[in-house]
Amino acid sequence: MERFPTEKILKKKPGWKEIPIGGIVTNAGSSLLKKTGSWRSFRPILDKAKCINCFTCYAYCPDNAIKVENGKVRIDYEYCKGCGICANMCPVKAIKMEEEKESEK
Amino acid sequence: MKALTGAYAIAEAMRQIEPDVVAAYPITPQTPIVEQFAKFVANGVVRTKMIRVESEHSAMSACIGACAAGARAMTATSSAGLALMWEMLGVASGLRLPIVMAVANRALSAPINIHCDHSDSMGARDHGWIQIYSENAQEAYDNFIMAVKIAEHRDVMLPVMVMQDGFITSHGVQNVTLLEDNIVGDFVGSYEPPYTLLDTKNPVTFGSIQLQDFYFETKRQQEHAMETAKSVIKEVADEFWHVSKRRYGYFERYKLEDAEAVIVTMSSTAGTTKAVIDRMRARGKKVGLLKIRVFRPFPYKEIAAALKDTSYIGVLDRSMSYGAYPPLYTEIRNALYSLTSRPKVQSYVFGLGGREITENEIENVFNELLEGELTESMKYIGCRGEE
Ligand code: SF4
Ligand code: SF4
Repeated sequence: MERFPTEKILKKKPGWKEIPIGGIVTNAGSSLLKKTGSWRSFRPILDKAKCINCFTCYAYCPDNAIKVENGKVRIDYEYCKGCGICANMCPVKAIKMEEEKESEK
Repeated sequence: MKALTGAYAIAEAMRQIEPDVVAAYPITPQTPIVEQFAKFVANGVVRTKMIRVESEHSAMSACIGACAAGARAMTATSSAGLALMWEMLGVASGLRLPIVMAVANRALSAPINIHCDHSDSMGARDHGWIQIYSENAQEAYDNFIMAVKIAEHRDVMLPVMVMQDGFITSHGVQNVTLLEDNIVGDFVGSYEPPYTLLDTKNPVTFGSIQLQDFYFETKRQQEHAMETAKSVIKEVADEFWHVSKRRYGYFERYKLEDAEAVIVTMSSTAGTTKAVIDRMRARGKKVGLLKIRVFRPFPYKEIAAALKDTSYIGVLDRSMSYGAYPPLYTEIRNALYSLTSRPKVQSYVFGLGGREITENEIENVFNELLEGELTESMKYIGCRGEE
């Protein structure tokens, strides 16, 4: 299988003869090179005092933007799209959605 | 030789190819293709996984998923079904998935109509699929088998649709010479995908996003695949000739060499035109036919060379491009532009919604052409209120 390292392709921007067919991404890990959190218009804010660490938000986040570190949840704003599912699913309302201000992105 | 409808001829080809997946939704006049094939599946004649979906959009989606997973996937449709697939047709070609689809051509709504014209597949002509049109059941069978090999060629990797005229061919019984099962099996071989979703050792992403920075290059590459398909179509036709003794080109010339007046058309009407040519030739009239088989990629250069010595050409389109000249006429005019001395061309639209076209009407076209009665406007054959 012919491989096209994503980092190289993004940097080199080669011509059409040197890219994989059909826009296929042949190398894993391209999301590390592309932060997608800037699309967000609402930001989930976690109230650590209220959080009971049930991991419901972690399970529901469609973007894998809730990380669990040392048994506690953290929101990864580099990938969070601001959909609000975590806030909606949290059983103790520990996440609140706030309008995103451009300067804070 | 077997007496088969065009639809059953495709089902027989599918049985012999035995794809991994067929996902389909019934629609007249395509239905007998997948109905017959479903019987083969139910009776254990083939091991194909038959996916019965809730719409044609889903049929194409299921084929896309299956093909991305490394399966050989097929479907069949007509008219509104093809229209409902629209979005996914572009996904299939854009992802470079070699899906093969049989189309029994049928008019588009409204008004609702179940009979033959080419509006459905002509509307899809710019969607990145290779398009092959068949005159009769034999050609539909042959083209469908060749389509697999063209689509899956490493340098092509594009989906192919194989057309036949709805009802006229799909439901008309004709003698069809089938190849032996093992010959078809050997001819198509097995599908070796360059990338697949199920290759967990080499994980890949299908359907990534490409914006201003890469989309253009990917699309340019897709066009290159179409250009390559042109030579592959020829290679595959040569190989097919070896196993079948039936020879196919981008188009067929019928008594074209010395013809002063030529009709260019496609599908079943080409058969009627041949009968008229025989009749008129017997009376000394120099008339001929150029029957288009491959419409995408369009063989401009070869057509220009084939038509350069003709004086008068009538292009018979079975669809319209409202507000513009019809599709086949447009391409033929384009092809002729490169000639220094260009034949005159007249556009004719015929047979919309299954309206019959008779031998006499075709003879009238030839007579108009021979008399040099060519205009820049479209003429409509057999449409009331024209005269
Ligand atoms: S807002 Fe949506 S994307 Fe962001 S952390 Fe919550 S669930 Fe995930
Ligand atoms: S769902 Fe609420 S309580 Fe549970 S871990 Fe997430 S923020 Fe904490």
